[in-house]
Amino acid sequence: MLIVEQVLNGLQLGVMLFLLAAGLTLVLGIMNLINLAHGSLYMIGAFVAASVAGWTGSFVLGLLAALPAAALVGMAIEVVALRRLYARDHLDQVLATFGLILFFNELVSIVWGPRALFLDTPRWLSGAVEILPGLPYPAYRLAVLAVGLAVAVFLAWLVRRTRLGMLIRAGATNREMVAALGVNIRLLYTLVFGLGAMLAGLAGVMAGPIYAVEVGMGEHILILTFVVIVIGGIGSIRGALAGALLVGLVDTLGRAFLPTLFGAAMGPAAASGVGASLASMAIYIVMAAVLALRPRGLFPVHG
Amino acid sequence: MARRAILATAAVVGLILPLAATASGQEYLIGVATRILILALAGLSLNLILGYGGMVSFGHAAFFGVGAYAVAILAYHDTMGEPVLTWPIELAGTQSAFVAWPAAMLISALFALVVGAISLRTGGLYFIMITLAFAQMLFFFFVGLETYGGDDGLSLWARSSAGPLDLGDPATFYYLTLGLVALVLGFKARLVAARFGLALQGIRDNEQRMRALGFATLRYKLAAFVLAGAVAGLAGALMANHSEFVSPALLSWQRSGEMLVIVILGGMGTVYGPVAGAIVFFTLEELLSQWTTHWMIVLGPLLVLVVLYAKRGLWGLVEDASRARPLPGKEERRGEPAS
Amino acid sequence: MNKRLIALAVGMVLATSPAAAAQAVKIGMITTLSGGGSALGIDIRDGFQLAVDQGGGKLGGVAVELIVEDDARKPAKATDIAQRMLNRDKVDIMTGIVWSNLAIAVVPKVTRAGVFYISPNAGPSLLAGKGCHPNYFNVAWQNDNLHEAMGQYLTDKGYDNVYLLAPNYPAGKDALNGFKRFYKGGIAGEVYTKLGQKDYAAEIAALRAAKPDGVFFFLPGGMGISFLKQYDQAGLTRQIPVFGPAFSFDQTILAAVGEAALGVINTSQWSKDLDNPANKAFVAGFKAAYGRLPSLYASQGYDAARLIGAALAATGGNVADKDAFRDALRAAGFESVRGKFRFGPNHHPIQDIYVRQVVKEDGVLTNKVIGKAFTDHADAYAALCKM
Repeated sequence: MLIVEQVLNGLQLGVMLFLLAAGLTLVLGIMNLINLAHGSLYMIGAFVAASVAGWTGSFVLGLLAALPAAALVGMAIEVVALRRLYARDHLDQVLATFGLILFFNELVSIVWGPRALFLDTPRWLSGAVEILPGLPYPAYRLAVLAVGLAVAVFLAWLVRRTRLGMLIRAGATNREMVAALGVNIRLLYTLVFGLGAMLAGLAGVMAGPIYAVEVGMGEHILILTFVVIVIGGIGSIRGALAGALLVGLVDTLGRAFLPTLFGAAMGPAAASGVGASLASMAIYIVMAAVLALRPRGLFPVHG
Repeated sequence: MARRAILATAAVVGLILPLAATASGQEYLIGVATRILILALAGLSLNLILGYGGMVSFGHAAFFGVGAYAVAILAYHDTMGEPVLTWPIELAGTQSAFVAWPAAMLISALFALVVGAISLRTGGLYFIMITLAFAQMLFFFFVGLETYGGDDGLSLWARSSAGPLDLGDPATFYYLTLGLVALVLGFKARLVAARFGLALQGIRDNEQRMRALGFATLRYKLAAFVLAGAVAGLAGALMANHSEFVSPALLSWQRSGEMLVIVILGGMGTVYGPVAGAIVFFTLEELLSQWTTHWMIVLGPLLVLVVLYAKRGLWGLVEDASRARPLPGKEERRGEPAS
Repeated sequence: MNKRLIALAVGMVLATSPAAAAQAVKIGMITTLSGGGSALGIDIRDGFQLAVDQGGGKLGGVAVELIVEDDARKPAKATDIAQRMLNRDKVDIMTGIVWSNLAIAVVPKVTRAGVFYISPNAGPSLLAGKGCHPNYFNVAWQNDNLHEAMGQYLTDKGYDNVYLLAPNYPAGKDALNGFKRFYKGGIAGEVYTKLGQKDYAAEIAALRAAKPDGVFFFLPGGMGISFLKQYDQAGLTRQIPVFGPAFSFDQTILAAVGEAALGVINTSQWSKDLDNPANKAFVAGFKAAYGRLPSLYASQGYDAARLIGAALAATGGNVADKDAFRDALRAAGFESVRGKFRFGPNHHPIQDIYVRQVVKEDGVLTNKVIGKAFTDHADAYAALCKM
């Protein structure tokens, strides 16, 4: 029973990471851009949702405000700065987007102040649902799971079945060719970037009621997100999903069972520390192991 | 011209700084300058693999931190009078710089050997992330390491002893650091021009061709990685002495990012770039943070501007200004001037 | 804004009496004003500044010059600033550090240089015990105090199967050890989480399965906010009561946690409803000056300033006579906002620790005192301190 619940917890964390990883891996796979400021868009989504929900009392209105806000901010930084970096080295991108992180962290703390904000679950999603007899599970976490899976299906459909998706795929392989066909590739890239930013904003809103809405909330999760896309294989939506679920499960199950496991072997006091340390390292160990065996991730994209 | 003038000025300022600071009653400046030099040293070591080897390590702070912890742990055991190891051999702690600092370099180098042997099989973003993974593992290891203070860190009772030199004196410690930076700079300038350095740059530009020419490319890269690890370990040993304190914050990924920023800002693949980057970055941070607590909102866009308009970093700008006219056909991005 | 206030205060002093300005006592404050955790540093600074402003730019009738700098929560930066304040600014007294790891890095340098350090927050066991120093005073608490109080409270209330949760770092281990020092009942489980962790689903599931009769947790800052929200969403708030130190139920945190915190019992050395004149003046003054309710940290910043004020008044502003000034600090002749206050032999507080409950007042979540866990409580490390 406990295992079922912990697996659900792991999947839910994985889905949350997927929302972030999907946007990041799209931008990285198509425009070949490393965007460290992706976490800032996640933070902006959460802050906008928290303030709008605070004024209106409605979580849904907060969500509806946050998605375009994140997308607009994303497209703005694409137009102002990042589009000049597509042809550049990854390192230049890292430095420039690192600069953006500093900027957005400070901007948010000037606009909203240094204290954490409040964002509650919508009333109709508060409380727990009994999914199996004797196993209550927070309704909101189930909703996050559902939203994440829906986004995964939507993205798969978008990339494989629509004209936009076709252009995206074609643009990733041969930019000149698509441009020659009369497609405005600049606009296409801005739109893709906006989509990625909106997904990050969505992740931020979904995370708001569960985690603390505070300055710097994007950085910790950004690292996890990079772990996810690297394990999955850069540019692959399928890989992002697989990587996200793997990281979610390893992290959750590691925290749930490693300390107990060590406790049985070495006695509780010393072991809980060792177990906890190991649990903190677990996802990095998994990443190192995956890359040592498959240097291009689980689902390598091209050749 | 500009290049030579700047180097000469920097050398003079570097040499007389402690005297000037003492004369004007601003001795604290010696400490600030020492910290910048130490981070410049770390930047130099990262530049060896990043600028000349094309290996983007996002975990370089780990080697820095290992070096710092090595010195601190040896000193801790010496003060406590307990051996560091009792098995397989009994090993006592020490405060001597002549023992502890080489030990720090050796341990960092060994760690770099392990990390490099695994990581160098990958490339591109995968390499960036796997080096980060090792640094994060080590970070959480030190956070949970209760014996040596965990997240609270470990204080040193005093700086290392170095025979006749009193490292507790800020000026002495400054000159020692300056000397080490100059030594590493000289060593690097020679290395880059030597067969090893040329091969490394060849691998950076086209690994397949070098392999076809019969170079064991992986071995060259690994050697550079280990060498960079050792120098970073030395920088860490200096940092432990400078702050007389070590903590896991030394190994955090933000610290690794800061090192990347120093190198890229200064200009990768240039001999003096990282030193210039460290000086400019930390001076800016220092000045801006005294001016406003919202200093990050200024520093952030500044970094973006540097990337957009100074493609080869600050030192690249200096070198461009010094060249009579750009050499045609030279690779713009990372090219090292022929001089 | 505050920098301007300081400048104004200093300017006024300068304009009126140049001779007195030359003797203004310099106080260096290193605290966290940017990045994560800056809410705490800002409250400490604002609390301290309030006391200075209430004295018209003076503490204890002596003109002071307050120099504030931001450490961005980095130990190396804090040590550099300390060096600069000691050497260039020639400060007489230092204060302000929020975090234990920064305090351990900075305080020994300051005290060894013969300058007084008044800690408004961090109280690591090292500085209370083996590493204590005659020039170091802590006006807040030793790190274990509030946890010890909760251990005592749960023992008094007859809890016998409590689940413990803290981050895997020294302060986390100290917290649970402090709790267990006074808690006599059974322990259902003891879990150390990753520092900075955001998702507690795994821990909460394990906790529910262990069926404890109460949960004691120490998760400072954003970690605590996340934990409390998730605990509530799991439907456990009404089933298994949670207990913790004031840090997770402070004014800076409550607004972000929301209703999930309502009714939770926590321990604190201060509360805004403590009935004494000093506290009333502080709470009203803070609200008037900054337009928000003061936090625990603000009260500690305020007390730090008033402790310095009392010592300055007693010595007539003569900081140069170190021994006299130290004696004056040790006497703690000020009216603390928490009521009774005195220093133990290791210069850490001997004080009452209260039990509070989170309530809603005029639509705002805040705390109300419901009892006392300890009277005249001292810390456990005083015996290790040789000075």
